Amino acid sequence: MALDIFRKTKYVTVRPEGNQTEKRDIPEGLWVKCPRCNEILYTKELEKNCKVCQKCNYHFRLNVQERIRMTVDEGSFQELDHELTTINPLNFPNYSEKIADVQETTGLKEAILAGEATIEGNPVMIGVMDSHFIMGSMGSVVGEQIARTIEKAIERRCPVLLFSTSGGARMQEGILSLMQMAKTSAALAKLDEAGLLFISVFTDPTTGGVTASFASLGDIIIAEPGALIGFTGPRVIEQTIRQKLPEGFQRAEFMRQHGMVDMIINRLKLRDTLAKILSLHQV
Amino acid sequence: MALDFERPLLELEAKIEELNRFTQEKGIDFSEEIALLEKKSRDMKENIYSNLSPWQKVQIARHAARPNTLDYCKALFTDFLELHGDRLFGDDPAILGGLARYKGIPITVIGHLKGHDTKENVQRNFGMAHPEGYRKALRLMKQAEKFGRPVVCFIDTAGAYCGMGAEERGQGEAIARNLMAMSALKVPIISVVIGEGGSGGALALGVANKILMQEHAIFSVSSPEAAASILWKDGSKAKEAAEALNLTAEDLLRLGVIDEILPEPLGGAHSDLTATYSLLDEALERHLKELLQQSTEQLVEMRYAKFRSMGQTG
Repeated sequence: MALDIFRKTKYVTVRPEGNQTEKRDIPEGLWVKCPRCNEILYTKELEKNCKVCQKCNYHFRLNVQERIRMTVDEGSFQELDHELTTINPLNFPNYSEKIADVQETTGLKEAILAGEATIEGNPVMIGVMDSHFIMGSMGSVVGEQIARTIEKAIERRCPVLLFSTSGGARMQEGILSLMQMAKTSAALAKLDEAGLLFISVFTDPTTGGVTASFASLGDIIIAEPGALIGFTGPRVIEQTIRQKLPEGFQRAEFMRQHGMVDMIINRLKLRDTLAKILSLHQV
Repeated sequence: MALDFERPLLELEAKIEELNRFTQEKGIDFSEEIALLEKKSRDMKENIYSNLSPWQKVQIARHAARPNTLDYCKALFTDFLELHGDRLFGDDPAILGGLARYKGIPITVIGHLKGHDTKENVQRNFGMAHPEGYRKALRLMKQAEKFGRPVVCFIDTAGAYCGMGAEERGQGEAIARNLMAMSALKVPIISVVIGEGGSGGALALGVANKILMQEHAIFSVSSPEAAASILWKDGSKAKEAAEALNLTAEDLLRLGVIDEILPEPLGGAHSDLTATYSLLDEALERHLKELLQQSTEQLVEMRYAKFRSMGQTG
């Protein structure tokens, strides 16, 4: 019995269903640890600092409400009236349950919230994705909402602003998810033709079908510092080429260096920058 | 190369072969037995090919002997001239593009190009394009628009290539730009899924007025292996993923993604090339004729409406 203490402890990994990322992303306590520099940050201070680590400039992932609050004029956001409810078009195993679960934990209907708002008085149609909702994956409803947002902008002759964060197309809706890439890009072609502005903001992380469709089609493309931006995720690339990717590969700074984004803007300055861009496009 | 599920059929065919040899060598008359076995073999083949599982279709769609873009170019078109390069970085051999004449009409043809053997596949990167490939495709589509030529695309890729160079040069942007440009292109576009239609890399040649798809081809949000790995962290569950993804031509017709299923000869497209070519030829000509009747505005509007209505809209 005494030898038992020398035995290797057996660990069991417990994964709470549904909110795996929540623990890291939404600090609930008084203090929170920065995932990059491990600094212990006072939650209230962090929130005052737009959820950017005061020490290392790490940009914490935001949820939709936080993003809208930080971006638009107070009280100006009005959700685009939508009756869209996610269904399970392919009868994909466990998908309906997954949707119900994640709707409950996030309080969101889908991985995007879209509507109209003003930024420093400049009217804009805005869509914000949320990575807490099935990794911000794009299924039918996300694609449809983006298309509607763009069409509404054409109708009102105002700019479009989309904040992306996504793992890509939503597997559970199969080919219909893939086709949302075509749908959203086609809607942007119409916006182009109408001569209206589209600002795309890449936030951490954006990969797959979202990078390969609307998010890469901005007239002006902004990225948040350190955001992972790519078509194929780093894990899959490493598996394919069987070597480790260099430090900083596919990060915002790398993407700017390779000409894929116009600018990297610190979150604390993002609202001002957006306002400036919008006002430069006022007719 | 035989597929797993064709093995009983091959055994039967070997038996028939053997009996035929006996008849010749020994002069014994087996014609009755042979006729019986041939009927059995035909029935078995019909039975196998009318009840293919999605995973079996994946295997047929990936069959090395399956006709590729270049085979169709040679069989269906005349005056084919390959054009190279994206004028930005390089030429991507994973995408074939050029000019050709079809039923007397000049067209632009673009397609993913897989090889039939390892050597060709290495040269063509297994039909998995880099950004240069999509940008070459875009350049040729814009050229087609300038000269008023219809565009015919062949889709046959496991997906866009996942590598460092592809990411550095903007794989996502290249695909996105194609989707946007194709949606507004002022000439008819017909895309034919001839094998594997995998992910955004396939869709980058797929925003067409008409999407035709061969009976045993597949078209999917991702390869079944990748989907299994994303969904269940287990790439070996590809078979289950293939079932769940709804990636067969029948599924896609039901979901309103494709316009027509092109039948394949019994045994798959590779088993009777002449028949395969003529089946594709008939449909292509019919759809092209129909599209050539449309005005530019109609073409653009119908293409927009087609993709706008995919998935949930209310």
